[in-house]
Amino acid sequence: MDLHLRDAAPTEAERAAIDGLLEPASADLQPAPGGAHARAQRHLLLPALQAVSDAVGWVSEGALNEICRRLTVPPADAHGVLSFYALLSDRPRPARVAHVCDDLACQTAGAEELAGDLEAQLGPAGVASDDGTATWERSPCLGLCDRAPAVWAQRAGEPDAVAAPALADDVRTLLDGGKPPAPPPASRSVPQADDSAGGDLPMLRRVGRVDPESLDAYRAAGGFEVLRRAVDLGPDGVLRELTDSELAGRGGAAFPTGVKWRAVATAAVRPHYVVANADESEPGTFKDRVVLEQDPFAFIEAMIIAGYTTGSERGYVYLRGEYPLALARLDSAIAQCRDRGLLGADVLGAGFAFDLEVRRGAGAYICGEETALIESIEGKRGEPRNKPPFPTQVGLFGQPTAVNNVETLVAILDVLARGGPEYAARGSPRSSGTKLFCVSGCVARPGLYEVEFGVTVAELLELAGGIADGGELQAILLGGAAGTFLRPEQIDLPLTFEDAREAKQALGSGVVMVFDDRVDLPAMLQRIAAFFRDESCGQCVPCRVGTVRQEESLARLVAGGDPVVEVGLLDELARVMADASICGLGHTAPSALRSAIDQQLVPWGRHDQADGEEAR
Amino acid sequence: MSAVLVGLPKRLVTVEVDGQSVRVPEGQTLLEALRGQGVATPTLCYLENLAPVNACRVCVVEVAGQRTLAPACSRPVEEGMVVATDSPRVRHSRKMVLELLASSVDLSLADDEIKGWMATYGVAPERYGPPAPPAAAGERDRRRAGHHEPPDGSVAATVAQPVKIQDDLYVRDYSKCILCYKCVEACGEDAQNTFAIAVAGRGFDARIATEFDVELPDSACVYCGNCVGVCPTGALMPKSEWDLRQSGQWRPDDQQVTETICSFCGVGCPLELTVQDNRIVRVDSPLDHDITRGHLCVKGRFGFEHVQH
Repeated sequence: MDLHLRDAAPTEAERAAIDGLLEPASADLQPAPGGAHARAQRHLLLPALQAVSDAVGWVSEGALNEICRRLTVPPADAHGVLSFYALLSDRPRPARVAHVCDDLACQTAGAEELAGDLEAQLGPAGVASDDGTATWERSPCLGLCDRAPAVWAQRAGEPDAVAAPALADDVRTLLDGGKPPAPPPASRSVPQADDSAGGDLPMLRRVGRVDPESLDAYRAAGGFEVLRRAVDLGPDGVLRELTDSELAGRGGAAFPTGVKWRAVATAAVRPHYVVANADESEPGTFKDRVVLEQDPFAFIEAMIIAGYTTGSERGYVYLRGEYPLALARLDSAIAQCRDRGLLGADVLGAGFAFDLEVRRGAGAYICGEETALIESIEGKRGEPRNKPPFPTQVGLFGQPTAVNNVETLVAILDVLARGGPEYAARGSPRSSGTKLFCVSGCVARPGLYEVEFGVTVAELLELAGGIADGGELQAILLGGAAGTFLRPEQIDLPLTFEDAREAKQALGSGVVMVFDDRVDLPAMLQRIAAFFRDESCGQCVPCRVGTVRQEESLARLVAGGDPVVEVGLLDELARVMADASICGLGHTAPSALRSAIDQQLVPWGRHDQADGEEAR
Repeated sequence: MSAVLVGLPKRLVTVEVDGQSVRVPEGQTLLEALRGQGVATPTLCYLENLAPVNACRVCVVEVAGQRTLAPACSRPVEEGMVVATDSPRVRHSRKMVLELLASSVDLSLADDEIKGWMATYGVAPERYGPPAPPAAAGERDRRRAGHHEPPDGSVAATVAQPVKIQDDLYVRDYSKCILCYKCVEACGEDAQNTFAIAVAGRGFDARIATEFDVELPDSACVYCGNCVGVCPTGALMPKSEWDLRQSGQWRPDDQQVTETICSFCGVGCPLELTVQDNRIVRVDSPLDHDITRGHLCVKGRFGFEHVQH
């Protein structure tokens, strides 16, 4: 390839940011000397763009040019990547940007009031402050639904910061470069941690009890004993326990983890990789953030076991870009583990190598889809791949790869500690073990709850203190924006994969978002439709155009359009998106809206039932 | 006598297509198998000389036992597969894909084949409402991923925007772009290895672009025109054709296609010269020719002015 670069040069600050990450370009006469060596560095494209963005707030043509020169990536291609991610900018913007969540859970907690205050104090969204240093924007769910309303500030040249729950004054402090408020105690996110039984929870027992920043504390609490047990069992033994445990993936698809790991472990092609999907972006989901913030060593222990069992010497963590505390704690934990020989060339002196690398997301819900995530790590646009082949066959860098959700990984520690059969005995017959549920919205104690599969929605609600402030239950969103609605009379539904499936509901990633009778449900549906339109990658027609038409049709419906026509149209759109899209985003983009209409939670009813009277 | 490499004989697998049992070579895609059986299958982003990107989804078929429909262009056949190519689900998805495109993109110059499929499946794009006014020049190229202004539903969003005329060789009219990725593939890995254009932006705001939307002469473009050669909707067009169409002088009935060999170098690329009023108005190369597979260089594609002085 003949690399064609334009003359724009990086500024000193941009060059310094790039120097911190990439090798210098070769000094000989060729502009693109790299060849195979440089092309093998392509996976550093996104980290390089992020390094520049972190330093100066945006990526200029000069900076992009320099990155392209060093990595031998064509500028058009690199700009395609740069412009794909919402947290990067290809034009100047203020150094401090407050991302104000106006998504579902934050809407129930005053997000619009916060946005109104900010507009009054700072001016409209997206407009720079008078001195040009700050602005605010609306954001999709920030994964802080337990502490709504939430704000995350992206700040060039200084650490990103979170304020949640946020007042306008907190946002102004972050935008002035001030210190963020101290994170609340762990029990704010995990209310069970304060209960007497909190120390017995299989996955969350260390939250609020064991210092998440100290390897010694983790070891004193029994940490890394499961890894030793795994090494004693050997890879085959671990696979046997996993299969016996009937553990299903917790990211939303509920794929049997034992089957996935066995496929990678037995793949003839080498090397193998393990990837942790920590790009938690499903609106209403915050479990992986809490786990990584409060118990990062457990996650690392599970990743080491994943590497050992699948024969992978390298693991990647793809962490959501908006999670600064999780990143800091994970980085610190990884460094401590390296120092102590728990990561590296000879883990535990047990004769196998494993190391971990953290990659940050850059603002793309679609990168939670495993093949889009893989593309993103490889330095490309986060466009999902067509399947088959599946990642277990052709995954990261074309190699067999196990992609697992954070919660799944942490659950594996419980599987191995207990033994597979005993793990399978807990929960329900078809859904084994415990599950983390992200309870948010109009409840007294929003937060992350660990319960056995089979607990009913009503029991979970009770655990979360019931409806807050004397409201009446209107509806519950299960599974997030890609999920389904439950009517008040359905709250005795047991939370298991099989019961959910039978009731045409979706557990998804474990979102239980509660809406009381004061919530404007059509407005929530419009926020969901806007979310999918924003987050579609644009690759396939059903999703790229379908999400736009869905949002338009819903807008007409809310404004009093003909329900027979619009509901019929929405149904046709839903069918093509669910049937013909490339990936799960498109398949589930119509799910919540369709469910609300089917369940008659909105005034429009079903088109086949609606006559003039019923249809408003 | 020259030796011809025929390769190892391929194993045949049995596939049921619309109730008929057929034997097709292992390793074929469903599309190849269907075309081999004479089953007409619409495609937009597929082209014989490019790697399938399976982005348009118009070729979907129903494979028994699978939750979602499968893109025929890239799904390999498997022993025992039961495929329906004309089920209600398939017909609905094909209709909707074509309709969603027709509602958002100007398909007036799309291939006759595409228009034929739209008629077959009964596409009614007008039901999404009147089209929104076109974007200002460069506005779509400046859109950032993420948040957008919510619509009121009174108009249907489209990709309409001013045409990009930045040189005398070809024009880019992205109001007609269905984002089939063919031009990106032809510019990049599948033919030219120039990588002057890529998909930029995200979602409905995704577009084909040079880096930072720089003008084509400032980009890496080498003007091979292979993007023009693969464009199915007239979004990319030789300037010679564009000028005639603009002045109402483009008259397909008065055109003839002359086959010849490019005279510039020793490769010997086959050319198809479209001639009107004794002047060359467009140059292509046959897709199925072993030398070019439809691709040319700047001289073959655009270097014809000297013929008509």
